[in-house]
Amino acid sequence: MIVVNTEFVPGRQIVEVKGLVQGSTVRAKHVGRDIAASFKNIFGGELRGYTELLVDARQEALRRMLEQAQELGANGVLNVRFATSSITAGAAELYVYGTAVVLREEPA
Amino acid sequence: MNILIVFVVVLGVTWAIGRSVERAHFRRLEADERELAERIAVSDLKRLPANWHAAGATLVTGEVVIATDYFKVFAAVLRKLIGGRLRSYETLVARARREAVVRMMRQAERAGANVVWNARVETSTIQGRQQRQSGGIEVLAYGTAMRAE
Repeated sequence: MIVVNTEFVPGRQIVEVKGLVQGSTVRAKHVGRDIAASFKNIFGGELRGYTELLVDARQEALRRMLEQAQELGANGVLNVRFATSSITAGAAELYVYGTAVVLREEPA
Repeated sequence: MNILIVFVVVLGVTWAIGRSVERAHFRRLEADERELAERIAVSDLKRLPANWHAAGATLVTGEVVIATDYFKVFAAVLRKLIGGRLRSYETLVARARREAVVRMMRQAERAGANVVWNARVETSTIQGRQQRQSGGIEVLAYGTAMRAE
């Protein structure tokens, strides 16, 4: 599966467009991270716990999107976009979407 | 009176520590950016120049969450009374965005790429424990890494 956020894949042709695929996840951090974060809020600096959370959320959302693409019989997802939003305190929503396509090696 | 002294001391300490953390971060960012710029070109263009040949396209991301500190929040509250530039928050978002882009470039480098095309930067805030108060800023940078000649 080739996943890119451009509208083309170098060296490949788009044979078929399967349509929009998407994945989203809402994740909350646990209380321990919340407490650590409130200490960080005194002096500033990176909130590693939250960064990890964001990495997990991104992986999960991508995984769901790729599952959909696979079901459609696609072998690539183009023009991938991410959208983030904060729904409520301490929770992060990550939404990812793109166009599932069937790609073929470009004839030389 | 005592409360006021404690408040001023806390503010002074958070200002000093927050500033040193921020300065160290900016120094590290500058070094990283200089080092990575030699090997990886980042662009938000959608299409490659016509005479380029590229291969091995793959999605790369970089994410970071950075907390505000008490001094920044306090400075912003004061600033909001008269309006104008919130410098304390400007540097915060600048740090987070640059850090996310640096991480994205590192991932591209690990993927054996030399360009990141169609780069996008997504920003959102994390709500603090008090309502309406920002606890931090969350940045996700992403783009398509490839090997181009």
